[in-house]
Amino acid sequence: MTPAAATRMRLRAMIRKESLQVLRDPSSIAIAFVLPVLLLLLFGYGVSLDAKHVRIALVVDLADANTASLSGAFQHSEYFLPVSYQNIQQAEHSLQAHEVDGIVWLRNDFSARLLLGDEAPIGVFVNGVNANQARITQGYIEGVWHTWLASYAREHGHEFKLPVVLQPRIWFNPAVDSRNFLVPGLIAIIMTLTGAMLTSMVVAREWERGTMEALMVTPIRIWEITVGKLVPYFVLGMGGMLFTVAMALFLFKVPLRGSFLVLTGASALYMMVALGMGLLISTIARSQFVAGQIALVATFLPAFILSGFLFQISSMPEVVQLITHIVPARYFVAILQTVFLAGDIWPVLLGNSLALLIMMLVFLGIARRNAHKRLD
Amino acid sequence: MQQSIQRIMALAIKELLAVLKDKRSRIVLVGPPILQLLVFGYAATFDLNDVAIAVYNEDRSAASRELVAHVVNSPNFTLHGYLENEHQITPLIDNRDVLVVMHIGPRFSADLLNGRSANVQLLIDGRNSNTALLVQGYISNIVSDFNLDWARRHDLPPPPATVTVRPWFNANLVSRWFIVPGLVGVLSMVITTIVTALSVAREREAGTFDQLLVTPLRPIEILIGKSFPGVLIGVLEGSFILAMAILWFEIPLRGSLGALYLGMFFFVLSGVGVGLMISSLALTQQQGMLGAFLFMVPAIILSGFATPIENMPYAVQLLTYADPLRYFLIILRGVFLEGDSYALVSQYYWPMALIALVTLSFAAWLFRHRMN
Repeated sequence: MTPAAATRMRLRAMIRKESLQVLRDPSSIAIAFVLPVLLLLLFGYGVSLDAKHVRIALVVDLADANTASLSGAFQHSEYFLPVSYQNIQQAEHSLQAHEVDGIVWLRNDFSARLLLGDEAPIGVFVNGVNANQARITQGYIEGVWHTWLASYAREHGHEFKLPVVLQPRIWFNPAVDSRNFLVPGLIAIIMTLTGAMLTSMVVAREWERGTMEALMVTPIRIWEITVGKLVPYFVLGMGGMLFTVAMALFLFKVPLRGSFLVLTGASALYMMVALGMGLLISTIARSQFVAGQIALVATFLPAFILSGFLFQISSMPEVVQLITHIVPARYFVAILQTVFLAGDIWPVLLGNSLALLIMMLVFLGIARRNAHKRLD
Repeated sequence: MQQSIQRIMALAIKELLAVLKDKRSRIVLVGPPILQLLVFGYAATFDLNDVAIAVYNEDRSAASRELVAHVVNSPNFTLHGYLENEHQITPLIDNRDVLVVMHIGPRFSADLLNGRSANVQLLIDGRNSNTALLVQGYISNIVSDFNLDWARRHDLPPPPATVTVRPWFNANLVSRWFIVPGLVGVLSMVITTIVTALSVAREREAGTFDQLLVTPLRPIEILIGKSFPGVLIGVLEGSFILAMAILWFEIPLRGSLGALYLGMFFFVLSGVGVGLMISSLALTQQQGMLGAFLFMVPAIILSGFATPIENMPYAVQLLTYADPLRYFLIILRGVFLEGDSYALVSQYYWPMALIALVTLSFAAWLFRHRMN
């Protein structure tokens, strides 16, 4: 038998053994399929940055036609759920008790100053604890103010013109629906979790039970074991991946503007990176306990915070930006957000895929070296 | 009674040693939380700095140059370059070289000087729609200031009504003030769960848990002894992270530290309860780890740590009531930023106490009722 034929035979046997183990162990099928579906359902519905129906307190000191038309503008906006309060003390109390997120206060000189054209002040207080939401709420309130100002001027027969008017166009997501960018990012987080967990726990178990040592005394080579272990989990992981993509498209209605082929190719690459990361963790950790802990610390939180899934990487301090380069999810999130929302933009896709390819080789290379050492 | 205390003490010390005697698990317990607080504390911010912007100015008058200068000199933006023609815009945004392009048409200064509104187009990369909205907000603030200034200088009538926004508790809207107190909760939870989630499962796998059951220790005593390291390590590390939030990140602590600590105690207790429950349900360490994962990941995402609970659909909001982290985050942010005292946060103690009670009792019941 030639060496190549022997390798083929050993590989086939190894893959067959691993596949059977996967099929007979419901926990890995659960990790690959049930976990992603559950997580995507929970997060797809649970994670949203769109502040709709912001509860605001409306306080009108002296009611008349002008204050009524301004209050009406808030009532008709889809972004606000206004509640009327008798006086500012009550409203402030409500803001403190988290019953409302902001206050719009028209003092008793509002209409008088409005008629004089004397910059009648609309007092706005917002709860600034969540700075991001506060900023977005502030933007919405200014939007209502602009629209009302224009219609007020029209009703009074003169035109009010701002010197400079912005015409923002938000590309790729004109409706500014945060789910459209969060769901593709979630796919990256979920794949990181399942990929790394599949290999890290399962391989660590083999070390712990001593069956890995038994494998080592057979003629099979280390890289054949590695490939044999990776193939079934790769197939399993990709199955889960397709499932989550289908959910993103049909359940969450995220548009896919790039090609499906590119998406699949990039996902396959990332799945290899995640599996490689799990394999590396399992060779570093000698027990399931430590492997699980490392997998938790090294995968979920970095993928959540450092990948650009939620927080803009370019706004982070430079040292932290450097650290994000070793988080593989960073590259996959960039690819996913681009393929889903913008299309096949090759400069973005190629650069990030190359980074993923390098990470894959590094992870698998170190894992292989570590595995070899353990036999000594 | 005294014997009971002695037995509990003996078990508690043994449990603590089991966690701390292994060098690797000591490192896992101390290193990552500190590192994570440092990295995430700086990374997790919604505030935008150095947003890459390109300017396509067809007007080139003094007025348009002034407006451009206001934008590119702001610390939020970094100028990527000036464009010469319209065809340069699409590839810049597509390739993520810039996040926003500001396009000033050729009639800008003519419109401005003749009292017509002068339009400025903003083309924003919406792949991250939250960032896009914030960029729009930043530029719109700059333009508002420019408008007021312009009106004053050219004796134009001011707008009949103006909006003045005053944020409470966080006057400069620094999102780090929101995220870092949240990280205190998130990291405390990760530590507590890691310490407890495998403590029973490991002994079951090794067979030593059966031995523990035949000792004079009653299930309640085992429970207290097993909870001890989790509570102790959780509170100690929580305090350390808290100190870093105050001293290193300089987040203002305006409320009562006692109210915060009472919250931390109940929170850590509920985390220990969930961890022990998972651990007692699990037959193997792998199941225990998987269970810890399955609890922790949703608990963090649904806690309101990064995305507000009010934005979630009603059914998911109901689910968040079972999440102990939800309550602790309200207490943390309330005490830190809003200056809350016991009275204002007291309503958030009992849900955590209830979660602790239910999970701990269930764990104690499982000690004897889940045997192979």
